[in-house]
Amino acid sequence: MSEPITALGGAVSQNGIAKVAEAAREGMITLRGDVTSAAVKKALKSVTGAAMPGAGQMATSGSYTLCWMSPDEVLVLCPADTVGDTLTALQNAAGTAHVLVVNVTDARASFTVAGPLAREVMAKLCPVDLAPGAFEPGMFRRTRLAQVAAAVWMPEAERFRIVCFRSQARYVFDVLCVAAQEGSAVGAFN
Amino acid sequence: MLILTCPVCGVTAEETEFHAGGEAHLKRFGPGSSEQDFEEYLFMRENPRGVHFERWRHVYGCGKWFHAARCTTTLEVFGTYPAQTLEPPADLCKSISKKRPGWSWREFS
Ligand SMILES: [Zn+2]
Repeated sequence: MSEPITALGGAVSQNGIAKVAEAAREGMITLRGDVTSAAVKKALKSVTGAAMPGAGQMATSGSYTLCWMSPDEVLVLCPADTVGDTLTALQNAAGTAHVLVVNVTDARASFTVAGPLAREVMAKLCPVDLAPGAFEPGMFRRTRLAQVAAAVWMPEAERFRIVCFRSQARYVFDVLCVAAQEGSAVGAFN
Repeated sequence: MLILTCPVCGVTAEETEFHAGGEAHLKRFGPGSSEQDFEEYLFMRENPRGVHFERWRHVYGCGKWFHAARCTTTLEVFGTYPAQTLEPPADLCKSISKKRPGWSWREFS
C-alpha cells in the first residue's frame, strides 16, 4: 500500500516576513450541482452538519467545512482519513439529485502564510482587497495568485490558507517565499 | 485598468482576475447561412471609440461568463449583466445615455 504524500513533503520557509508552509494533507471533495437546491443543501447538511454558505463564504461544523466555489460548486474539507467515507455518504445523501461528487484531495496542494505581515504577503500576489475589515475569517475567495488560480481564506487572524492545483505547488510555494522575503515589508495595512 | 464586478458571484476585482471574451451579442450564422452572413459572423467586429459591449469570463474566480458595458477611451465600466441576455438591458442603456448622450453601438443607442 503506497503512502499518500503532499506535493512538497511539508516544505517550510520562515526566514522572511511571514512563515510560509505547506499545509498537512486534508481531505477535499468537489461537489458540482445546483447548490441552491433544497435536495443538495439537505445532503450537505446531513453529512457535514454545516449549512450551505452564501457566495464568497465558508461554513464549518466540527471537522467539516463547506466552501462556496461558484453557483454550482462547493468544496468540502474534511479529515484526510475520512474522505472516502464522506464521499460515499454525500453520494448516498444526494440520492437522485443531479450532482457530481469527486475526491480531489491529491489533485490539490495547500499552503499557509502566517504572521503579523501575512496580509501584506498575500496582497502582493492577489488582486483582492485584503485590508482588515475587507477580508476576514469566514470569507472564501477564489482568485489569481501571481500567475495561477488559487482559493484563499483565513482560518484565523494573521493566518491564510491557500489551495492551488498540485502541479503548481512548487511555483506557488516559491512565489509565496519571494513575496515574504526578508526586508520586503510594505506597511500597506499599518 | 478595468474594475469589473462579476454579476454571478458579486466579486469586484481588476481585470487580471477576468478574461476578455470578445464582442457581445453576436448572432451566430452556421451551416446553411449565406456566405456574407457567415463572413460577418466570423470576422466583422465593432471597434468603437467610446461605448462598447463585451463578453467577459471570471476565469480566476467563479469561472462564469457575463457581459460588460464599458468605455474604450476612459476604461469606465458602465455595468455588468448576466450572460443569459440577448441584448444590452434597457436600464443600462438609459444610464449610459446620461453619461454619454447620443451614444450608439450597432443597432442599440
Ligand atoms: Zn464570478
